[in-house]
Amino acid sequence: MGLFAQKTLSVSEINHYLKELMESDEILRDIWITGEISTLARPGSGHIYFTLKDENSSLRCVIWKMNALRLQIMLQTGMAVEAHGAIGVYERDGQTQLYVDAIRLAGEGALYQEFLRLRTKLEAEGLFAQERKRPLPPRPATIGIVTSPTGAALQDILNTLRKHYPIAKVVISPTSVQGSEAPAEIIAALDLLNRITKPDLIIVARGGGSLEDLWAFNDENVVRAIAASASPIVTGIGHETDFTLADFAADLRAPTPTGAAVLSTPDISDLLNELSSMTEHLVGNLEDKLANSRRDVHEWEQRLLRVTPIWKVQDDRQAVDNLVNRMNRQVVHLLALQRSGLSNCTQHLAALDPQAILQRGFALVSKIDGTRVNSIQQVVTDDQVAITVSDGAFHATVRKL
Amino acid sequence: MPKKVETVIEELSYEKAFAELERVVSSLENDQLTLDESMKLFARGQSLVEHCSKLLDTAELKVQTLTKIGIGEKEE
Repeated sequence: MGLFAQKTLSVSEINHYLKELMESDEILRDIWITGEISTLARPGSGHIYFTLKDENSSLRCVIWKMNALRLQIMLQTGMAVEAHGAIGVYERDGQTQLYVDAIRLAGEGALYQEFLRLRTKLEAEGLFAQERKRPLPPRPATIGIVTSPTGAALQDILNTLRKHYPIAKVVISPTSVQGSEAPAEIIAALDLLNRITKPDLIIVARGGGSLEDLWAFNDENVVRAIAASASPIVTGIGHETDFTLADFAADLRAPTPTGAAVLSTPDISDLLNELSSMTEHLVGNLEDKLANSRRDVHEWEQRLLRVTPIWKVQDDRQAVDNLVNRMNRQVVHLLALQRSGLSNCTQHLAALDPQAILQRGFALVSKIDGTRVNSIQQVVTDDQVAITVSDGAFHATVRKL
Repeated sequence: MPKKVETVIEELSYEKAFAELERVVSSLENDQLTLDESMKLFARGQSLVEHCSKLLDTAELKVQTLTKIGIGEKEE
């Protein structure tokens, strides 16, 4: 020991130092520790104190009230658990202890590791792929149920279907849903439904339980059978917070058995609405069609009227009228022409009137027998002739030729 | 619309009856039908509606249980 030895620490100082050392260690801050619960105490403060022990050693544990309220399981002395939290030092007593924030039953950790390993493997195979999910039939006629015949899950499903969708036919394929024989039974029950009943969909259901209770639904062969099912599958396994690999492989995962019945069927009131709207379509469509037909008939009637012989007759009558008019006009025209020709003639005639010539001082000579004298050859001396002038006639004797 | 033998409506499940009703309406809406064909189809549609309504009104869940030997009938 040298002259300048290290500083001497007080108890408080060393405990404080240890506390800080432990609390800064990454492994100790986030650790799972397995052991058996002993000396369990639940004072009125709401915090829980107990000791975790194994054959050789023990560790003080505390669960603060805030975390205690969130515990999923009821702690009991003698229970084998896995506790998660951070290691620290209670300075007053120099006591190393575990500040617990979560507890699960022993073995669940290992199961969970197995769950993760299988999930990764099957996921890589594409067993859970969204593209594999089939749509559920909108109105399933036959619904298969794979579950325990004695479980509450079955009654929940049947009660829901009675209320919600009573037109279905339900075929139960009974199986045990936990224990070592469960996986093989579940696979056989599924196979029986798919081979014999061929339902429109299958509900695979089980009530709530621990991870271990639900383990049959994480069995690799069960998960593969669900993925390979001919009928689409809806799972309702455990509670809302429980996820099994069967859920991932199913076409639809419902949070509970009741949820599976609800999600896989339409409500009867929706069916009634759907039916009445379909009826309206049906009737409305026929009414439209009849109205169209009526309109068509009317339209064709109009077209028919347009091409009817009556119109033709009337057209002909009009043509005749036209002809008559044209004829009349023609006649009038002709008459007018005639009339004007006649008047010309009359004038001509007037110009030729001998009377008019006489008035100009000419005289008309005729023999006594009326023969007109146009030439000197027609008379001899002493012939009696009649001479006509404009206002009368007189006789004369031819004297000198 | 292809000609096919019409099944007896009373024997149809709700699912089948409703599916046919949908086809009838869609055919009335989209196909070129004679008025006579339309009337016949409409009558078929009406019968389907009646059948569906009756099924809904009188529905009672039918429950069977499969056993490994055969099917155990159990009406509930």
